[in-house]
Amino acid sequence: MNSLIRATARCLRPGSAVYLTRQADTRMCLTPGQRFLCSATGIKKDLAEIVKKDKVVVFMKGDPSQPMCGFSNAVVQILRMHGVDDYASYNVLEDQRLRQGVKDFSNWPTIPQVYFNGEFVGGCDILLQMHQNGDLVEELEKLGIRSALVDTENKSK
Amino acid sequence: MSQIADQLRDKLTKELKAVHVEVEDTSANRCAASFKALVVSPQFEGKPLLQRHRMVNTCLAEELKEIHAFEQKTLTPEQWEKQKSQ
Repeated sequence: MNSLIRATARCLRPGSAVYLTRQADTRMCLTPGQRFLCSATGIKKDLAEIVKKDKVVVFMKGDPSQPMCGFSNAVVQILRMHGVDDYASYNVLEDQRLRQGVKDFSNWPTIPQVYFNGEFVGGCDILLQMHQNGDLVEELEKLGIRSALVDTENKSK
Repeated sequence: MSQIADQLRDKLTKELKAVHVEVEDTSANRCAASFKALVVSPQFEGKPLLQRHRMVNTCLAEELKEIHAFEQKTLTPEQWEKQKSQ
């Protein structure tokens, strides 16, 4: 457990390495024929679809390869430590309607925001605490994702 | 201590019956742009983390509109005692 906390401290240090992840296409609204993120009124409906489309969805500032905010970076680093690379990320800085829309949708005032299986998990503080108390490993397991930290822990025992 | 930090603390103490509140202005030049809060309240008892955070967010909804970043830690009095003794 202590090693987990140390690892967290390490990952939260500014300038730490950034892992490349697959990124969902945030410019869907530019694709002809798709209404995604296009109309302000439809954003709620669109978000309801977006959060269910992938097992893990992150709304953040910047993208995983270049987070534009320390809190968004923390979420990316925590997921990286658990070996979660395959998640959809949406850059709220690229779309003001998305930025406000997701706050309204989740009834949550800040970015980043994390969704598992369409369900709101929380922001940076919650993900960090779930990481520290071990809940994150369990929640990932429910999604069918085996945390990379489980293997690391077993090896170090 | 900035005025806004005081305001946040008062509100949390009053509305969430918090027994202990620490509010810190974490913005670079103490310009009240970002805050970090520790809230200890018996009202958190038996509630999951997300719900506790939502209680704080609701309590400070007005103030949070003007605040750029807000970190929070929510503990029950029991958890707070335990943390202090560690």
